[in-house]
Amino acid sequence: MSAIDVSTLPGEIGMVEPPRRRWLPFSPWHLVLMPIALVMLVPLLWVVMTSFETLAQTQHFPPILWPGSFQWQNYPNALHSVPFGRWFWNTTVVTTVVVLSNLVLCALAAYGFARIKFFGKGVAYFFLLATLMVPIQVVLIPTFLIVKQMHLLNTLGALIVPNLANVFGIFMLTQFFRTLPIELEEAARIDGASRLKILFVIVLPLSLPALATLAVIQFLWTWNDFLWPLVTIYKENAFTLQLGLMSFQGSHANDTNLLMAGNVMSMLPVLLLFIAAQRYFVRGIATQGLKG
Amino acid sequence: MATVEEATPSGPSLAQRIWHSDNLAGWLFVLPAVFLVALFSIFPIIWGFILSLQKASLLSPIRPFVGIDNYTKIASDPHAITAARNAVVYTFLFVPSSIAIAMFLAIALNQKIRLIRFYRLAVFIPVAVSTIATGVMFLWVFDATFGIANWALGQVGLGPFGWFNSPQGALPSLVIMTVWGWLGFDTIIYLAALQGVPHELVEAAAVDGATRWSTFRNVTLPLLGPATLLLVVWSTISAVQLFDEVYFVTKGGPLEHTSVPVFYIFKLAFTSSFGFSAAGYAAALAYVLFLVILGLTLAQFWLGKRVVHYSS
Repeated sequence: MSAIDVSTLPGEIGMVEPPRRRWLPFSPWHLVLMPIALVMLVPLLWVVMTSFETLAQTQHFPPILWPGSFQWQNYPNALHSVPFGRWFWNTTVVTTVVVLSNLVLCALAAYGFARIKFFGKGVAYFFLLATLMVPIQVVLIPTFLIVKQMHLLNTLGALIVPNLANVFGIFMLTQFFRTLPIELEEAARIDGASRLKILFVIVLPLSLPALATLAVIQFLWTWNDFLWPLVTIYKENAFTLQLGLMSFQGSHANDTNLLMAGNVMSMLPVLLLFIAAQRYFVRGIATQGLKG
Repeated sequence: MATVEEATPSGPSLAQRIWHSDNLAGWLFVLPAVFLVALFSIFPIIWGFILSLQKASLLSPIRPFVGIDNYTKIASDPHAITAARNAVVYTFLFVPSSIAIAMFLAIALNQKIRLIRFYRLAVFIPVAVSTIATGVMFLWVFDATFGIANWALGQVGLGPFGWFNSPQGALPSLVIMTVWGWLGFDTIIYLAALQGVPHELVEAAAVDGATRWSTFRNVTLPLLGPATLLLVVWSTISAVQLFDEVYFVTKGGPLEHTSVPVFYIFKLAFTSSFGFSAAGYAAALAYVLFLVILGLTLAQFWLGKRVVHYSS
């Protein structure tokens, strides 16, 4: 499977359709795909519509699918009723630091594992990969105790420090570096370049697609993470967006229009990034799948 | 006596040799990441096992050893049994339905037709939506009074349903919600596999007069075997560990109808429901769950190897 160039996924490579008589002016697949696309999109679209309604419109049956006049002030109202800005900032800081640190630390480790022979390498790599098998709930309580010992509870550090380097990133980049031609690096070695210089000047520029894939996957994981922040953060000013959204739901369960405005704002950054960087997300997921 | 040193008068010093040796260089490169993984994964794995042999509270540093008591009492704990049963029901509903729909969708999305980019985006987009945002959304869609789901089903004479509020409906409602959330992921994996199906095989079958169904059944489906096995394993692992949706949307209710293992473990260790005093027991449950997942994974791969044909 690893031979598949998944980067071509969003493209138009399909099964070759044998020529056949048409009984419809369009492909019969539309009859299947259009309803499915609707079912997938309707929940999202209805959330968006609700976020523009008045409170009275949200409490109407049958549901109002098109609000008529759009209540744009729902958005500033939602922003002012809870510290959404603060949570957005917290999430941005945590995600940025975690993504950047993973890119650097995973690339360093992966280069060591892919290119340098050193004592204990096989054992170290085996133990790293073995941790991928262990589900989070096994390490949840001890890691909580470690973070508590470090006095990081209720700080963004609790969300950052344990996630600075993750094994999936090391594994993915190691596999990728091994596919790169080694001749260039050997020539640079002979010319006296240091390993660090080779990594940053030769290897990483050749690895931009893999780095982009790692970055978007790590971004998605960190931005949307819930269980770990739930365990380590219980003060409102250190909330992430996910925790904030949960508390907003708790305190404004009946202000459906404001709640949906908050929900849209929490989703929007990731959705925009997803649409802009769809090929990297798709490749990242296909790579995750190939890891098994 | 000093002949050896004289023989290599311009050789590097010991310090220089260590500096330039591959051992030091290798460890310097991997050390930051290996240190972090050791501290935040490997050490906790070991500590978690020790905790599972103790009577532990997250609030107190005194943790007396109780041997395997935490393990032996699992079998007679009605909450644990309920959580396990719910996990089994959820897994049996979630895994086959999500994979079957994803396989069909991937084949549909692999067609060369107009609007295919739009269709793909529609199916992929839930991948980017967080579990909590999905929860907020489906609490509203499945709202028993004002929700769009009851209205739409009412148009064709079904319902109204209680969804998350109904004892029988809560778990299936969670299944529907999580299938919506996971479908994009599964479909992408299947699409990647479909792109690997050689066109020549499909064309050859068509030339030989095979119907579309028999081409699918005898050519495409066997080639999707490895992806299917992977998705079965992957979906089972994530189904057994369901947490976010249960914690946020149903809180395990109504009563305990949607209580699942990780939710129960969380409640034991991190909430006042059991007086914060059951962290050791929670650690034991987590270890048992880990072994169950490991066993399931190995069994699925073992079974899969007998059914799935890998092309080299």
